[in-house]
Amino acid sequence: MEVSLTQILFLSTALFFIGVYGFLTRRNMITMLMAVELMLNAVNINFIAFNKYLWGGKLDGVFFTIFIIAIAAAEAAVAIAIVINIYRNYASIDVEDADSLKL
Amino acid sequence: MTVSNIVFYLLSTMILVSGLLAVTSRQIFRSAIYLLFSMIGIAGLYFWLQFEFIAAVQIVVYVGGIVVLIIFSIFLTHRVGSDLPEPDYKRTLFAGLASLFAFVLLWSVIKHNEFYGDQPNGELSVKRIGEEMLNYQQGGFVLPFEVVSILLLAAMIGCIVIAMRTAPSNSPEEGEPGGHKI
Repeated sequence: MEVSLTQILFLSTALFFIGVYGFLTRRNMITMLMAVELMLNAVNINFIAFNKYLWGGKLDGVFFTIFIIAIAAAEAAVAIAIVINIYRNYASIDVEDADSLKL
Repeated sequence: MTVSNIVFYLLSTMILVSGLLAVTSRQIFRSAIYLLFSMIGIAGLYFWLQFEFIAAVQIVVYVGGIVVLIIFSIFLTHRVGSDLPEPDYKRTLFAGLASLFAFVLLWSVIKHNEFYGDQPNGELSVKRIGEEMLNYQQGGFVLPFEVVSILLLAAMIGCIVIAMRTAPSNSPEEGEPGGHKI
C-alpha cells in the first residue's frame, strides 16, 4: 500500500491545529512564536506534498516553500528583537503584561 | 506494509508527538528542544519525499537558525529551571475544543475529496531550481526572488533599529531594566 496524499494531508492538518492550540493557550511570547513556526511548517508540508503528488513536473510548490522559509526566518528575527526589547522595558514577556497601549 | 510506509509512519509520529509536547511542556527550554525534534522530523519527511534540497534548507534555516535563535532568546529572558505558570483551565478547554472541532471539520473535507493528478514522480535537481529562480521569462521566479531579498534586507535593518539601545542621556529613568518606559 502506497502512502497516499490524504495521509500526508492528515499529518499537516494535525500539525497545523497543534500549532493553533499552542497559540491559543500559551501566554508567553516566545512559546507563541514557536507555535507560529509549527503552523508555518504544516503549510510547507502541504505545498511540498501537493507539488509531489499533483504537479509532478513543476516547481511552484517548491518555490512557495523556499520563500515561506525565508519569510519565516525574517519574521522570527524581527519577533525576537521585539520580544527582547519588550523584556528590556517590562521585565516580562507575558502578553498580558505589555498593555501600556490599552486605555 | 513496505519499508517506505514504516519510515513515513515513524516520521509522522515523531513530528506530531514532539509538536504536541512543544506546545504543552511546562518548561520552556524543553519546549524549544521538542520543537527542534519536530523540525528535524519535517526535514526527514522532505528527504522521504525526495526533495533533498528543501530538506537541506529546512535543516540549515530552521534547525540551525530559528531554533537556535529561540534558545538564545530563552536564555536571555528566562531563569533556567523555572516552570511556566499553569495556564487557565477554561482557556485550555476552549482552545482544545476549538482546535479539535476545526481539525475534524477540515479533515472531513479532505477525506471526502478525491485528488487526481500525476503519480509521485517529480525529479528535482538543484540546477533546475537555480535556473527557475533566475528565469525572467514567462513563469519564472525572478520577481519573487528579488522581493524576498529586499524583504530580508528590510528585516535585517528593522532588527538592528528595534534592538538598538538608545543613548542613556536621553531621559533620566532610562537604563534600568525593570523601569516602564512609555
